[in-house]
Amino acid sequence: MTRAVLALARRALRNVLRRPQFVAPLVVFPSLMLAANVGGLSRTTSLPGFPTDVHGFLDFQLAAAITQSLLLGGVSAGIAVALEIEGGFFDRLLAAPIPRIAIVLGRLAATSVIAVAQVAYFLALGLIFGAQIRAGIPGALLVAAIGALAGTGFGALGVMLALRARSASTVQGIFPLVFVVLFVSSAFFPRQLLQSPARQIARYNPLSYLADGMRDPIIHTVRATPVLDGFAAAAGIAAVAIALSVLALRGRLGDT
Amino acid sequence: MKARARVVGALTRRALNEILRVPGAALPGVLAPTIFMLGISSVFGAAIQLHGFGTTSFRAFVVPVGFLQSASFAGAATGVNLARDIEHGWFDRLLLCPTPRVVLLGAVVSSASLRALLPSSFLLAVALALGVPFPGLLGILLAAVLVMGLAMAVACYAVLIALHFRTQQAAPLMQVGGFVAVLFTTSYAPAQLLTGWLRTVSRINPVTHILTGVRQGFVAHVTWAATWPALVSLAGMLIVLGGLAARALLRTGA
Repeated sequence: MTRAVLALARRALRNVLRRPQFVAPLVVFPSLMLAANVGGLSRTTSLPGFPTDVHGFLDFQLAAAITQSLLLGGVSAGIAVALEIEGGFFDRLLAAPIPRIAIVLGRLAATSVIAVAQVAYFLALGLIFGAQIRAGIPGALLVAAIGALAGTGFGALGVMLALRARSASTVQGIFPLVFVVLFVSSAFFPRQLLQSPARQIARYNPLSYLADGMRDPIIHTVRATPVLDGFAAAAGIAAVAIALSVLALRGRLGDT
Repeated sequence: MKARARVVGALTRRALNEILRVPGAALPGVLAPTIFMLGISSVFGAAIQLHGFGTTSFRAFVVPVGFLQSASFAGAATGVNLARDIEHGWFDRLLLCPTPRVVLLGAVVSSASLRALLPSSFLLAVALALGVPFPGLLGILLAAVLVMGLAMAVACYAVLIALHFRTQQAAPLMQVGGFVAVLFTTSYAPAQLLTGWLRTVSRINPVTHILTGVRQGFVAHVTWAATWPALVSLAGMLIVLGGLAARALLRTGA
């Protein structure tokens, strides 16, 4: 089982490295949006209600860019699986003498490795352009851990969609939905400054807790509550999404 | 001349048929600018408390950004479709027909201008329903002209990329050009509130003038002083990008 998972994870990572044009959008678009947000709205740190102890708007926005990138990573994982289904490779995997669940877990293992790389990229980008990670290296590791867990969850959602839809273009079609869910969270701006109804929805949106959990070690020293909330949100998303993707796999096996 | 107009009409109809035949594929492009407008105005709406926006509604300030994104997405989609036609060999057959290649280019990019009207109309309807003030007939007409023109300019850029890479895998490169051009302007805030580097970029970015031209009706009144720089910028982009795309097309297969 473990060997099969590792082999499939290695294969998925090799595919990413061979076709970087597929993975580049995961960091390029969030980076550009980060640049536009920071360049256009830096003065909003002076608004009443904005946390007063934040070093800069870039520091605040890093968690939003990471969350956005991880969500796109989930879409990308879904597209990869859908392309394997369309191309017939997935059926060959099903016929192989390996546990079927290893097919899903292998993909998710690769997604979590990519998620760590995404987090590292944005933290490095932030540091280059003057952001500070207040909690230092332990804080960066916490951000990476929450990010890896969340990335795995988003990847599982993508895989579940691919197994249900079996079409890369359908999975691609959920791209705008990613933004909808992200916009109604406190990922980009403090919750108390959001407009209604986004403010009310953000309270119940797990992405708010996820982004706040990754943001806290960047803008403060580590505080237990937001970080634990972030871990809980990431773990909840991952648990539910993995369960759904396993159910989708069973549904697919039933069909074939 | 009549024959050439027929070719332009036929190719434009073919491009637009795709929206009707595969609505699922067109849906994200239609919804995305509206989602972006709603999201940005919900998240960053409090920024209106900073002085200098010239309006009391942040939503009215960002609606024009959604229009330009519609143009950008439509232009990029035109390039992606051309790349698909190249991959499938259909474009090679098109090049064999006895029609000047510049006419073929005109047909391809004109479809982008019409395609941009669909997400823009949806965005306008949603914005008006949410209380964004009506920009007046002149404001709407000017916005339509500028959006259609920008869609053509972005389509020329996307065609250039499609002819160079000849694969749909270059789609992100087509999308990123318009994305950057629209966002690195006074999209979120007026020039005096932008950070130094973005203020400089937005000053030299021709799309900033186009955005100002579209925005004027939503935040104040349409004036010639804000209109002519938009038209000149658009004409300049069309000449430069159209010229480059035409050159690339003329060299294709040569």
